[in-house]
Amino acid sequence: MKPHPASAAAQGLLNCHSCGLLSKNVPNASDRCPRCGTHLHMRKPNSLTRTWALLIAAFILYIPANLLPVMHTASIIYEEDDTIMSGVIYLWTSGSWPLAILVFCASVTVPLAKLIALTILAITAQRKSTWRQQERTKLYRMVEFVGRWSMLDIFVVALMVGLVHFQSLATISAGPGALAFASVVVITMFAAMSFDPRLIWDPEPKDDD
Amino acid sequence: MTDHPQNTPPQSPDEEQVPTAKAVPKRRLPSLIWLIPIVAALAGGWIAVHAYLQRGPTITITFETADGIEAGKTKIKYKDVDIGSVTGVVLTDDRQHIKVTAQLAHATDDLLGDKTRFWVVRPRISGGSVSGLGTLLSGAYIGIDPTRQASSKRDFTGLEQAPIVTTRQAGREFVLHAQDMGSIDVGAPLFFRRVQVGEVSAYKLDKDGKGITMKAFVHAPYDQYVTTNTRFWHASGVDVTLDANGLKIDTQSLASIAIGGIAFQAPPGQDMAEAAPADTQFTLASDRITAMTEADRERAPFVLYFRESLRGLSIGAPVDFRGINIGEVKAINFEFSKEEHSLLMPVTIDLYPERLRGRLKGGDEVVKTDTMRIKILNTMVEHGLRAQLRTGNLITGQLYVALDFVPTAAKASIDWKQFPPSLPTINGSLTQLQDTALSIAKKLDSLPIEAMGDHADEALRNLNVVLDNSNALINRLKNEVAPEAQNTLKQAQEAINQAKQTLSPDAPVQQNMNDTLQEVAKAAQAFRDLSDYLSRHPDALLRGQKEDAK
Repeated sequence: MKPHPASAAAQGLLNCHSCGLLSKNVPNASDRCPRCGTHLHMRKPNSLTRTWALLIAAFILYIPANLLPVMHTASIIYEEDDTIMSGVIYLWTSGSWPLAILVFCASVTVPLAKLIALTILAITAQRKSTWRQQERTKLYRMVEFVGRWSMLDIFVVALMVGLVHFQSLATISAGPGALAFASVVVITMFAAMSFDPRLIWDPEPKDDD
Repeated sequence: MTDHPQNTPPQSPDEEQVPTAKAVPKRRLPSLIWLIPIVAALAGGWIAVHAYLQRGPTITITFETADGIEAGKTKIKYKDVDIGSVTGVVLTDDRQHIKVTAQLAHATDDLLGDKTRFWVVRPRISGGSVSGLGTLLSGAYIGIDPTRQASSKRDFTGLEQAPIVTTRQAGREFVLHAQDMGSIDVGAPLFFRRVQVGEVSAYKLDKDGKGITMKAFVHAPYDQYVTTNTRFWHASGVDVTLDANGLKIDTQSLASIAIGGIAFQAPPGQDMAEAAPADTQFTLASDRITAMTEADRERAPFVLYFRESLRGLSIGAPVDFRGINIGEVKAINFEFSKEEHSLLMPVTIDLYPERLRGRLKGGDEVVKTDTMRIKILNTMVEHGLRAQLRTGNLITGQLYVALDFVPTAAKASIDWKQFPPSLPTINGSLTQLQDTALSIAKKLDSLPIEAMGDHADEALRNLNVVLDNSNALINRLKNEVAPEAQNTLKQAQEAINQAKQTLSPDAPVQQNMNDTLQEVAKAAQAFRDLSDYLSRHPDALLRGQKEDAK
């Protein structure tokens, strides 16, 4: 529908990130900016590979993040290990449905949705699909935006650990699940960063040609 | 950004102005980014493997009620260490019990075996102690008494009450047979010389309902004091004895008064025997004295044929040999003897030879064999050993069996062929007394009581006549003598009155008499003067009175 858009990559041109100098690409070599020496690349290097690697790591860590306890509560009366899901269930059964839904969304659904979204983006980019490119770009922007808000749980646990520390009376400490969960969130953010959204649009000329 | 659609024509910018990028040879190294998923996979894998390896056995326990048990919350604790938690609570298929599924920690397999016991720890007050108070706040937990021998058993039936004694406690358990429970309950203390050394761990009614079998656990190292000759007795409550030394109140401890208890000790004077092995059976006596006298492991039954009333003789009555209790009455029967055509009263007794043995010099050796015992008894019977019923208590008429030497008794012997052998008897002291009374009565009977009565009658009649006569005499006296006597008395009274008047001080006779007497006195005075003068002047009689020459 649209005329073929011109892109720097199609012209064989590179833009330096540091000094903004435009330079010509030398094929089959690692390019450097002729002015400041910064690494130059047409697209984020190994974007898909990195995205895939980080995605797989995030998927793997997602399992312990949900199965292992994120918070260990010890008081004189009882000791308890809470996983994310047990917390959600506790909130739900104790009547705090809005809070339960919020925690469930923020801690279970959103990270998973992010992972699935990134996977879809990576798959389509790999297959050089031209399917709903605009929506995919929008999706990517959302993923990148949401990323920093997924650490809610970790913030709660960190706060609790810091606040509730009455030695013999009651102590809260972070469980191994918290580490896994934090890793999932961070790795997902890196995965989103390493994904080059330009790849979504790259296949177009090919299709049109 | 750089690639957003532009409307510029697809030509490159000025070729001259665009420098060519500096080319650096490409390094063909595998991307380091793959380290991240590898590390994640390793970490996740390690966690999974660790979790799998750390996973302990899953067990099911059946309880009566799920009171206090909560899936996901209730822990299983051994020595107050969490070794697992309850993962599920469901009703059994028959809806009679509940089934608890629990996940145990790693390396707890050796705690599970056929004899592993589980129970729910709740607050409990018993046996003078309070336990499980912590569960008031924390909620119930499941306690475990592990086994010594692990097995593959994974389905258990939980106890309703915590066991008193756990398997890994050092000590030994003994079996006690008692007539009744007294005030003992599970957890009741066991005392050895007033030191608490154990507890009653279980009890059950015997199948025939004739007694109680208890299990008593004695902790190490005190279990060595339970020897084969140890006696056990109820130490519940207060033991009050009144003897020659006065009133004595004896109790094991204040707690045992309230909750009961059991004491044990070897009989005084006996050497320490070897320690009794676990599960040795003992008899639980009702009190210390019974326990100490009782050594009835060896019984020698005998039958005694009495020809008198057994009223007052009860089962359990003592058999006494010169004050030493050496046995007891086991049964009282009734038998018709064809040969003698009479009714016999066979009384079965048990003699406890052990009670005599210690008192026999070199006892053990002598009486060990049966033949020796038979010989000794035969000799004793020859010398007049007889059984006799005696009155133990004059008020209640309780009888006891006394064995004693009666040299005057008719000859008898023991028939060892029948079982139990019968010991010869003589009539009891009461019967002898009755015989004597009877003979006295007979003598009284032969007296001529009727004739004596007749004589007495006659005498009484005579006496009656005498009495009649005397009565008439008295009447006469009353009618004839009495009035005259009265007159006489009146006259006498008058006479006395007159005399009184005559003799009163103001009577004329009295006055005259006074005057006369005064005159007489004066005359006497004059006479005295004269006689005095004459004694000094006898010559005056001749010459007359001289004039005073003054």
